[in-house]
Amino acid sequence: MKSPSSMTTPSRLSSAQAPSTQGSAPQAQPSSSPPPAKRQVRPAAVPIALGLCAALLLTLSIAAMTGQVPLTLAQLLGVLVSPFDIAEGERLAHVVFWELRLPRALMALLVGAALAMAGAALQGLFGNPLADPGIVGVSSGASLGAVAVIVLQLDFLGLWTLPFGAFVAGTMTAALIYRLSGLVNQRGNANLLLIGIAINAIAGAVTGYLTYLASTEQLESLLFWSMGSLGSIDWRNVGIVAPIVVFAAWQLRRQARPLDLLALGERQARHAGVDVVRLRRTLIVLAALLTAGAVAFTGTIGFIGLVVPHLTRLLIGPGHRQLLPLSALAGGLILMLADIGARSLDPPSEIPIGILTATLGGPFFLWMIARGRSRGTTP
Amino acid sequence: MNTGSPLPLTAFPRGTCTSGRAVATTSVASAPALELSGVSFALGGRKLLDDIDLRCEYGSVTALIGPNGAGKSTLLALMAGDQPAKSGTLSLAGQPIESLSVRELASHRAVMPQDSVLRFAYLVEEVVGMGRQLHVSDPGLDGPVIAQAMRVAEIAHLASRDAMTLSGGEQARTTFARILTQQTSILLLDEPTAALDLRHQERLLQSAANLARRGCCVVVVLHDLNLAAAHADYLVLLADGRVILQGSPWEVLDAERLGVVYRQPVSVLAHPQRGCPIVVTRDAAAINSPEAGEATFPS
Repeated sequence: MKSPSSMTTPSRLSSAQAPSTQGSAPQAQPSSSPPPAKRQVRPAAVPIALGLCAALLLTLSIAAMTGQVPLTLAQLLGVLVSPFDIAEGERLAHVVFWELRLPRALMALLVGAALAMAGAALQGLFGNPLADPGIVGVSSGASLGAVAVIVLQLDFLGLWTLPFGAFVAGTMTAALIYRLSGLVNQRGNANLLLIGIAINAIAGAVTGYLTYLASTEQLESLLFWSMGSLGSIDWRNVGIVAPIVVFAAWQLRRQARPLDLLALGERQARHAGVDVVRLRRTLIVLAALLTAGAVAFTGTIGFIGLVVPHLTRLLIGPGHRQLLPLSALAGGLILMLADIGARSLDPPSEIPIGILTATLGGPFFLWMIARGRSRGTTP
Repeated sequence: MNTGSPLPLTAFPRGTCTSGRAVATTSVASAPALELSGVSFALGGRKLLDDIDLRCEYGSVTALIGPNGAGKSTLLALMAGDQPAKSGTLSLAGQPIESLSVRELASHRAVMPQDSVLRFAYLVEEVVGMGRQLHVSDPGLDGPVIAQAMRVAEIAHLASRDAMTLSGGEQARTTFARILTQQTSILLLDEPTAALDLRHQERLLQSAANLARRGCCVVVVLHDLNLAAAHADYLVLLADGRVILQGSPWEVLDAERLGVVYRQPVSVLAHPQRGCPIVVTRDAAAINSPEAGEATFPS
């Protein structure tokens, strides 16, 4: 500000100051009068949720009817209506539906929902839409834990040993990654991904060493782990995973508002009243719980946690109060569909579901990166 | 947009700062909003703040001024409770700041940072609504409070824009609206006008001054001495982590003192309309300083 100019302003200033409210009103008016121009109101969450629920039910019935022993709609209704009163000729249909198809479909629903919610939570925590349980290393850590349980023949907790091993290893991996990314101080995209790559490599190496030690019989279980499958799911598995997922989902939902504020950065979230340190710890534990619960019996299923929250965000916006439950529904839906595909693409045998999700998710991931580049922002 | 009313910030659904909710107890009411005594702070062995004594009262606007690296933002961060002081005591709303939880802090003070980040494509009104984090118990008030804050910051027309696509100035106004919805009795603003045009610089600081008139304590870091002189009740001149001078604008904006502190000769005039001081720079050649003015390189 040069002195001559401000010396000449007084007369103009004093005259301009008084009518400034009138002078400014037309200035502000044109910008506010055509608001519909950029109006992009969010779609309502409830209709979308209802639609997803309907799609889930439909998919569930399709999943129940397709497979090596196809069921007709009449048979399906029959076993549904009278679950205990088994007609003579329908014995096979009963067993297929109640013992095989239903637990399997429910597990797909649970696992898909868990991975999607874990992905949404981690993306919110890291402020990075490219974060997911796989890339952040939680699932490779969790499967390392599970592989260790298999190969070292641990069973100190009986049936719970496997999910417990997966959970402990998954949580520890998550904590380690968080500490490492915190040490470098900027939790930037590249940084996070590089740390994730390193952790994945280390976990992969240890898993590889355990594989090397494994017996032929154990190798079969390990192969199942690396590719993911819903092939041998029974009600006991569902009974273990369901409470974990439901509990973690319920806890996670309570963090929805704080998660929104994290989008402002940790410092500003704190200024607005979010205890960031505690939130961070809670989210890591919940994401690890969900991921570990998901992979405990089905093995590594990639990209659901990455792709589903992202798609849901495109649909409904980033607000976590809608994003978390809708991601859960969409994740369950997509994994159920993927499982139908895995069972029916190559009829006599099953394609491991992890291969299927990775086949679809990999290109999608690349597209997301390209899209982020072209927009100059993270997607 | 309601630009017709002369006072841009009027009638929040409930008194923003005068309501008893924010100021916790009656015993606190007599205490200053912020009281610092002997506060020092160091980072990496470098002393950033040295023995600061300062009182900021409810009902006043205090501007922190000083050259780059004087410690203004560091001081504000300490007042916000971001970091503990290395020594000395700092009390906020009558309580030692280290005794307040994150939530309690946020119910007493809102902070407008220098730069705002946003990681996902929230709408402007959603971002503004994030200031209501602490008011989840009273969701009925969210709508009116958010709408009012957006009117004050003149961003009502941006309400359903993707907040990641805003210009710097629009971002700053969105942030200002967001911290208004926090409805605290203490506002800490770190260079809030840096990205704003003339009109919005004036409006933002006028809004802050209006909040002070209604009982808030506003502390604002400003680079523009003229804005500080026009809108603040007290100025605190900092240099090298120390308070050089504090008082009314006319007391602090002393041409000679500013020339030394900023290493830039200035003249102080009276504002033709407002009567407050205005500071203008002068050519360095006027004083005999080898560093000042055009650099003369030895050939």
